[in-house]
Amino acid sequence: MLTEALVVSAMLFVVGTFGVLIRRNAIVMFLCIELQLNAVNLSFVAFSRYLGIDGQVFVFFVMTVAAAEAAVGLAIIISIFRHYETVNVDNFNLLKW
Amino acid sequence: MTLPLTFFALQEGIEIQAAHGPAGEAFSPFLPGVIILLPLLGFLLNGALALAASRRSSAAVREGTELDFLEGGRRPLTHWLPTWIGPGVVGLAFAIVLVNFTRMLGAELHEPIIRHYWTWMNTGAFSVDAALQLDQLSMVMMLVVTGVSFLIHVFSVGYMGEDPGYPRYFAYLNLFVFFMLTLVMGASFPVLFVGWEGVGFCSYILIGYWFTDREKSDAGKKAFVVNRIGDFGFLVAMLLIFTTFGTLNFVEIFEAAPETLAYGGGLVTAMTLLLLLGATGKSAQIPLYVWLPDAMAGPTPVSALIHAATMVTAGVYMVARTSVLFALAPVGGLSVALIGAATALFAATIGLAQYDIKKVLAYSTISQLGYMFVGVGVGAYAAGIFHLMTHAFFKALLFLGSGAVIHSMHHAFHHTHNHADPQDMRNMGGLRRFMPITWLTMWVATLAISGIWPFAGFFSKDEIIWMAGARAAGSYGGWFVLIWVMALAAAMITAVYMTRLMVMTFHGENRTGQDEARHLHEAPWVMWVPLAILAFLAIFGGWVNVPLEIHDSFLGGYGLLPMSEWMHEWLHPVAAVATEIQAANAGDFGHLSPFGGGEVMWAVLSTLLALVVVLATARVVGGFRILPAADSAAAEGFKKVLFRKYYVDEIYDSIVVQPLIRASRFAWKVVDQGIVDGIVNGLGHFARALGWIGSLFQTGTVNTYALFLAIGVLVILGVVAF
Repeated sequence: MLTEALVVSAMLFVVGTFGVLIRRNAIVMFLCIELQLNAVNLSFVAFSRYLGIDGQVFVFFVMTVAAAEAAVGLAIIISIFRHYETVNVDNFNLLKW
Repeated sequence: MTLPLTFFALQEGIEIQAAHGPAGEAFSPFLPGVIILLPLLGFLLNGALALAASRRSSAAVREGTELDFLEGGRRPLTHWLPTWIGPGVVGLAFAIVLVNFTRMLGAELHEPIIRHYWTWMNTGAFSVDAALQLDQLSMVMMLVVTGVSFLIHVFSVGYMGEDPGYPRYFAYLNLFVFFMLTLVMGASFPVLFVGWEGVGFCSYILIGYWFTDREKSDAGKKAFVVNRIGDFGFLVAMLLIFTTFGTLNFVEIFEAAPETLAYGGGLVTAMTLLLLLGATGKSAQIPLYVWLPDAMAGPTPVSALIHAATMVTAGVYMVARTSVLFALAPVGGLSVALIGAATALFAATIGLAQYDIKKVLAYSTISQLGYMFVGVGVGAYAAGIFHLMTHAFFKALLFLGSGAVIHSMHHAFHHTHNHADPQDMRNMGGLRRFMPITWLTMWVATLAISGIWPFAGFFSKDEIIWMAGARAAGSYGGWFVLIWVMALAAAMITAVYMTRLMVMTFHGENRTGQDEARHLHEAPWVMWVPLAILAFLAIFGGWVNVPLEIHDSFLGGYGLLPMSEWMHEWLHPVAAVATEIQAANAGDFGHLSPFGGGEVMWAVLSTLLALVVVLATARVVGGFRILPAADSAAAEGFKKVLFRKYYVDEIYDSIVVQPLIRASRFAWKVVDQGIVDGIVNGLGHFARALGWIGSLFQTGTVNTYALFLAIGVLVILGVVAF
């Protein structure tokens, strides 16, 4: 049972990671990050069956942070969109030096 | 004025010495520090006047024009005060030296009197006092330096009177006297070295006195740089002496030397050879003589004072001062004598073919300095110093006489706007009519330098040649025969070139031109009086050291000469140790005769020979048809080689100067700009390149950063897992 859950979790995480690396749409990248977080959550829950309730508690924390992050991240994306009228991250390359 | 005084003092002194016998009273110096400080005071005063005058005269100095006040107007304060300050301080110093001299004559003095003033340097084992040393040797030098300086200062009043830099000139001249006195009075090597470097510096600023002329300022630089080569030897010798003896004070070194150093050992030989290198630089001997002819670019009184009478004899003085070391190193002494003899002959031959009156005298000076080196080299220290003294008289006279001639020629050419060279003897001729006093006094000096009895040069030069010949019987005898032959040959050539100079300048047809000849004039009294005094000294100066045999068989018998071999007796306390060492190890040559002849025989022979040479040369040169410089054809054959000074300057240029310039260029372009700067700049470029590569990773795109993050995580995971 654990093995299957971890395999699914790993697959979700890899999909999320590649999504972040490959996609250029900020919203999609954001979704992929959520995907990674939830892949981790899945692992936590799966492990908590064997190792105690701590894993599930962590999941709540992760969800809280994810919610907060979503709020801030979406706000930034909206702000960028208002400025550039696009959410393609290739256009936002000032973040250097 | 000065000479009767000196002579009176000499006679008095001799009598007092005789009366007191060996138990005379102790010598108490009279204001020795003041002797040195007076010229320094003169330098400060004249220097202040020069600064004050600079506003008025600097434009005239720059453009080489004359100051307007000289055309009949009143001289400003800055241009007449030096007339009194400059010669005044030196004259006062001379007076104090005379007082000291008479006191020393009347006293018993076997050990030098040392006056300590303050501790100059004190670091660990090394301690040097600012101290002056008074003994017979420094006394002779002080007399010559201040006495001749005073006469030349007076002469300068006339010679330099129209120069806009008049106060500056006297400031430099006073400074020179200060350093020269430091040199001869210093009680240790470092104090001597201060004077040594100081006179070198003064020589540099006075050669380049007319600094707006590129050629003249270059000549000053050449003198300075060539002297540095010699100074290097002197410095190393000083370090060697310090490491050996642990002190640099003369008295202590010369006391310890006979026990510390082995006779003829490598250490003492190295010391003396290094000292010799220093002496060849300062005293213009082979191989470092090349600066002296160029030094004639300075004003003529400067040539008389620095480059004939005093500074260039510093090397001779130094060898005589360190006589103990040279006596311990027979090879060192022999080298001194050999270099001296070679220089005497070599320079004399160059003097045969020069046309510039001062150049002839310059080579003559080099040649005569060679004689002094022979004297101190063969161990005849008294003879060397004796020749130094007589040479100071007659060579200063010759230079001042040539200065009077140039002065007159310059005026004549200046008034007629003739651009011919006033120093070229081909443009002169027949000046005897216009300048009888100069003519007469210069003939006196010529006879003196040619070694004709009874002029001063005869006694000193003959004694040196005599002593060189006397050593032919001992070790290295072959070398001394060679030295003797070279010195004799040089003496003959001296008579030839000096007679040639006199005939070309003063006799025959006048070649200045009709208009110019009307402006030729005798020197003013302020210039000819020093000439007359020096002429008197050039005649009688040699009589202080007449060989005993000659004294007894000629003049002394009739009560005409008050003294004989005075210089020997006078310098005996200074040279005694060296003479003893030499007598013990190499043999006592002081009383031997060269090749069996007696003193009278050699004296008569050499005088007759010199007279014949002078008369023959006068006849031959008088018969030449000499054209003014502008009409003369260039010299050919061996004469050209002589005229071009054996191409020594060219040879030095190609084997020393040019390689040095190339090496410097290499060090500059390749080593410094290439390697050193290359490493520094290379490091910079390397860092910049690294930064540029690093900046490529900073795309600004979020995905790139995410990729690196992912790769980083994978790497960490990989490390943890395996």
